[in-house]
Amino acid sequence: MTLSIQSIGRRFGDTVALAQVSLEVKPGEFVALLGPSGSGKTTLLRILAGLDYPDVGTVSLDGDDFLATDARKRRVGLVFQHYALFRHMTVAENIAFGLRVRPWRLRPKRAQIASRVSELLLRVRLDGFGNRYPAQLSGGQRQRVALARALAVEPQLLLLDEPFGALDAQVRTGLRRWLRELQEELGLSTVLVTHDQEEALELADRVAVMNNGVIEQVGTPEEVYFEPATPFVCEFIGRVNRVAMRRGTGGLSAAGWVPRDEPWHGHYPHATAYIRPEHLEIGAQDAPWQGVVRHVYLAGSIAHLDLDVSGVGTLEADVASEDLARRNLAVGAQVSVSPARSVLFAGENARWSWQAGAGP
Amino acid sequence: MTTRASVVRVLMILTSVAVLTVFLLLPLAVVFSEAFKQGLHAFTRVFHQAEARSAIWLTLLVAVIAVPVNMVFGVTAAWLMARFEFRGKALLGAFIDLPFSVSPVISGMAFVLLFGAQGWFGPWLIERNLGVIFAVPGLVLATVFITLPFIARELIPLMQAQGSEEEEAARVLGAGSWQMFFRVTLPNIRWALLYGVLLCNARAMGEFGAVSVVSGHIRNLTTTMPLEVEMRYNEYDYVGAFAVASLLALLAVLTLAFKALMEWRYRHELAAGGIHR
Repeated sequence: MTLSIQSIGRRFGDTVALAQVSLEVKPGEFVALLGPSGSGKTTLLRILAGLDYPDVGTVSLDGDDFLATDARKRRVGLVFQHYALFRHMTVAENIAFGLRVRPWRLRPKRAQIASRVSELLLRVRLDGFGNRYPAQLSGGQRQRVALARALAVEPQLLLLDEPFGALDAQVRTGLRRWLRELQEELGLSTVLVTHDQEEALELADRVAVMNNGVIEQVGTPEEVYFEPATPFVCEFIGRVNRVAMRRGTGGLSAAGWVPRDEPWHGHYPHATAYIRPEHLEIGAQDAPWQGVVRHVYLAGSIAHLDLDVSGVGTLEADVASEDLARRNLAVGAQVSVSPARSVLFAGENARWSWQAGAGP
Repeated sequence: MTTRASVVRVLMILTSVAVLTVFLLLPLAVVFSEAFKQGLHAFTRVFHQAEARSAIWLTLLVAVIAVPVNMVFGVTAAWLMARFEFRGKALLGAFIDLPFSVSPVISGMAFVLLFGAQGWFGPWLIERNLGVIFAVPGLVLATVFITLPFIARELIPLMQAQGSEEEEAARVLGAGSWQMFFRVTLPNIRWALLYGVLLCNARAMGEFGAVSVVSGHIRNLTTTMPLEVEMRYNEYDYVGAFAVASLLALLAVLTLAFKALMEWRYRHELAAGGIHR
């Protein structure tokens, strides 16, 4: 089932929720819509579910006009952030709902529904919970019931609206891996809405980064992380250092760092370099910058360092934790710092992806 | 510390018991004791009189019409108020509260001015031989108006708090509008709806002010139980007045008992789901 979204626009009064949004979801693909609140990602998901309609644009599924189909006939599985389980029904009744409301000619027999329900309960690892009410379940269990309910109607498309948002960190990580395995097993095209970049990078085949109603970049997690297309994507995904560059006689530079092979031929008097913490090399020879370690935050296998770099400001660098002692990286230590990789932006939309040692 | 707290507790309990006794139990006791003052025979004789029977039937008739009408109106209005944004929403909210804020007598007068012989629609109604004022339709109209807020006001806050996610989930799962309403919306509001209906019913049977204005006090035709009580009292028929009053009070007690029974019957469901809240 190829889902194709073309030039969709949606306004709410004066606010533009979506502007010219296009996206394609291939069969069996897991796509994450990632963005801050108000970026339009939930509006897009609601449009796909048939709970909202765009002012302009088209959505088609395998060539058929999806917008002409009423929400109840779209056969999408939608999982809400706050589960939206029917509170007066048991878990089994919740899961059976989508089958029971079918017109009687299409409605499976009572026994068939019952066996489908127990099969789904098994699949979401909740066998034996069929007679409980949603209020008697934990958050993670409720979310799995919501998923089972969505899967019961054998959807062509699975839509997940911040499905792990209301859960605590440990449950979230476990459920995430499990969901990914389940999705692969079912081969179900899936669209996930999230504001959690870690979740998007971990789960999705492709990530669409949204901001102010537009998709800023669509790509694999690697592309989005290592080759961000816009300053917004740089800053929204992962942590990043911003370094102001100024043009001198030798080209664009910041406190003695002059990235080679600039493609802009002397255009743009200013630029901004975005450098990920793990792309700052510490203790290299002929490094352009000198700094002092201000703080060391140990975060398990890696450590975050706050560095005061003269002429540049405070930068964040990541090193392997085992290197801290080996390389004497304690607070107050003098270190040399050099960027290994960076994405630079100048003017309206000039972009330059730079790597040390790439040039001659 | 503990002793002082327990003294306060005892005082508060005593105060509430005293208030309940003076304002609730004593009047109820007076009603029943006055009704039976001249013995059981005098009491039962009242209900053999045509006037009393007609008043009882009329009261039930008015309630049987007014409560379903307001059930439909209340659910619709609550649905509109809780689910949609539209122009005039504040106006609708104010309109729902109007019967609470306006004196029932004024409401009755308004109906007389609209539908009475000298009223706006009076001549039109007379031409067609339709009686509204000083007739049963007037009683129903006045009662529907007076009891309008009970169900809507009970449902609106609940439906607003519950939000529309469950309904949206039902839609996406393939439910049609009626399936969504009867399988998801209605079960979620059924307790609030029950309370609203009980309150509405109690008021519909007990309404005096507005009904009194539009009724014209025609015995056997347009007197409901509260009017019958007043008329008998004014005619110094105390046993009759209190006998009818005691039946009215009994209906109220039965309503409460029914509510308690339902709560007991569905106690597990209530405990499991937090369904009414």
